[in-house]
Amino acid sequence: MIIRGRVWKYGDNVNTDVIFPGKYTYTIQDPAEMARHALEDLDPSFAANVQPGDIVVGGRNWGCGSSREQAVTALKKAGVGAIVAVSFARIYYRNAINNALPAIICPEAAEALQHGETAEIDMTAGRIHCAAGMFSFPPLPEAVLGIFEAGGLLAYVRKQLGEEA
Amino acid sequence: MGATFVQKVLARAAGREHAEVGEVLDVRPDRILSHDNTAAIIAKWRTLGQSRLPNPERLAITLDHAAPPPTVRHAQNHAVIRAFVAEHGIRHFFEVGRGICHQVLSEEALVLPGDVILGADSHTVHFGWLGAFGAGVGRSEVAALWALGRIWLRVPPTIRFELRGRLAPDVSAKDLALHIIGRFGADGGLYRAVEFGGDGLATLSLDDRMTLANMMAEFGVKNAYLPPDEQVFDWLANRLAQRQGISPAEASERIATRALYPDPHATYEAVHVIHLGDVEPLVACPHTVDNVVPISHVAGRRIHMAFLGTCTNGRLSDLATAARIVRGKRIAPGVRFLVIPASSEVLHAALEAGYIADLVAAGATIGTPGCGPCMGNHLGVLAPGEVCISSANRNFRGRMGTPDAEIYLASPAVVAASALAGVITRPTDQLTAEQ
Ligand code: SF4
Repeated sequence: MIIRGRVWKYGDNVNTDVIFPGKYTYTIQDPAEMARHALEDLDPSFAANVQPGDIVVGGRNWGCGSSREQAVTALKKAGVGAIVAVSFARIYYRNAINNALPAIICPEAAEALQHGETAEIDMTAGRIHCAAGMFSFPPLPEAVLGIFEAGGLLAYVRKQLGEEA
Repeated sequence: MGATFVQKVLARAAGREHAEVGEVLDVRPDRILSHDNTAAIIAKWRTLGQSRLPNPERLAITLDHAAPPPTVRHAQNHAVIRAFVAEHGIRHFFEVGRGICHQVLSEEALVLPGDVILGADSHTVHFGWLGAFGAGVGRSEVAALWALGRIWLRVPPTIRFELRGRLAPDVSAKDLALHIIGRFGADGGLYRAVEFGGDGLATLSLDDRMTLANMMAEFGVKNAYLPPDEQVFDWLANRLAQRQGISPAEASERIATRALYPDPHATYEAVHVIHLGDVEPLVACPHTVDNVVPISHVAGRRIHMAFLGTCTNGRLSDLATAARIVRGKRIAPGVRFLVIPASSEVLHAALEAGYIADLVAAGATIGTPGCGPCMGNHLGVLAPGEVCISSANRNFRGRMGTPDAEIYLASPAVVAASALAGVITRPTDQLTAEQ
């Protein structure tokens, strides 16, 4: 799988409140409506300008804070192809895998990628190509690969329930 | 080879003798928590094609995050949840006004030492206060848990904090938590478990222990653990006895036999000693929880609102501290002082003790037990340009409704003293004068 898009680069400790504000969490259930509020309190220009395949880049502890899954769903629905970060908050990481949104831990690439440049991610080979060069990242852990490949946790569970029945 | 708490508790919940750090286990939680987000989880669960919940007695659902509902959409959200609860006969359901999930499930003894609880709420780490494993998960994961009853969890490495001595009279568990987060960073505990131990632990009240475990969410941890002692067993035993119609002695024994403790020779990633006497009153400045400074650095900053409440610091001892500070005085002109008890039990006890009367006489506003404005839903959100001193756990930009407000986090004593002064204030004088 190849992901190709522009880079939207942000800093350390980007929390779920700025990715998807808490005030919307119990009233908005339509992913398209969520996408319109993506990163609202951090970068008001993001939701209107993001293109399918774009790559969000963060520093340390991306997605810290609330467990709200909409912080993943909103970005996914907005078209984001992958998130590259130095590290992810653990619930955010799980939510990303569970929604089949690639969350790539690659400190060197997170450092090197520049806001606005076009970059390419080869998920199969585990490589990121950008102006600064090529960076490798480890494949997904075995335990979660199945979830990712099924297209997300709910699809994976549907499959399991089918097998158990 | 010894095992840490998290190795033991996850091994047991996966039906295993032993678990190594780094192993991925299929874990069966004893309790699955959700709150106002239950409606969204129901929608996900329905896509799985099950017609009945396999284990409705494992679920616990509270209506607390936007309670009472501020808009029709919020009210509809609650209505969907109520209908589901009735349809599936979910016993552990708590209505608007009962209080915040973590407080309520503790009070109802729905989580016991050695249990595993997973919740669609990042502060599920809270249940570490009583020696349980609590961790937050996402909404899809809760839907999967409802359907399958199990989920994968990786056994994390553990950081251990040895607490020595005791806190000074004007220093609280909130300051201790901010001390740790400020020193090691908001990601200092990422993917890790934390264990607390040491002789200082026994000096912490149960309310203090709840605050400490709760705040570890802001340290990035998977779970937190405080070894449960007699005080914890006693607190839970009466509650469990009442709920299950057994004698307190029987309840106490049932609780104690399930409790788990780390082995003396367990392997830790790091061990840090904290001398409680060295901890001073601290404030987390906007907009990250690890932006921690001694209170003297921000004393004098003008505030518009003081907020006492949340799952971190909305308990009886917090209200008692605030009441003691404001008793017989008036809050500053131009300041709102919002007090929201963490549960109806806390509210009731605070009424009986006269704390609510003291607070109201001083000019405080009392809110319905629940989350209040903690996450910007309702009941006291901020206007652009405003500054709030809060006893909550998060000061992220936009957290309380607008990205253009500033939230400072501090102990209940600082919040109350600041409400009186109209500026961020260290409460030493008031506190020591009364003691
Ligand atoms: S009080 Fe705040 S932090 Fe606690 S559960 Fe409610 S919204 Fe979350």
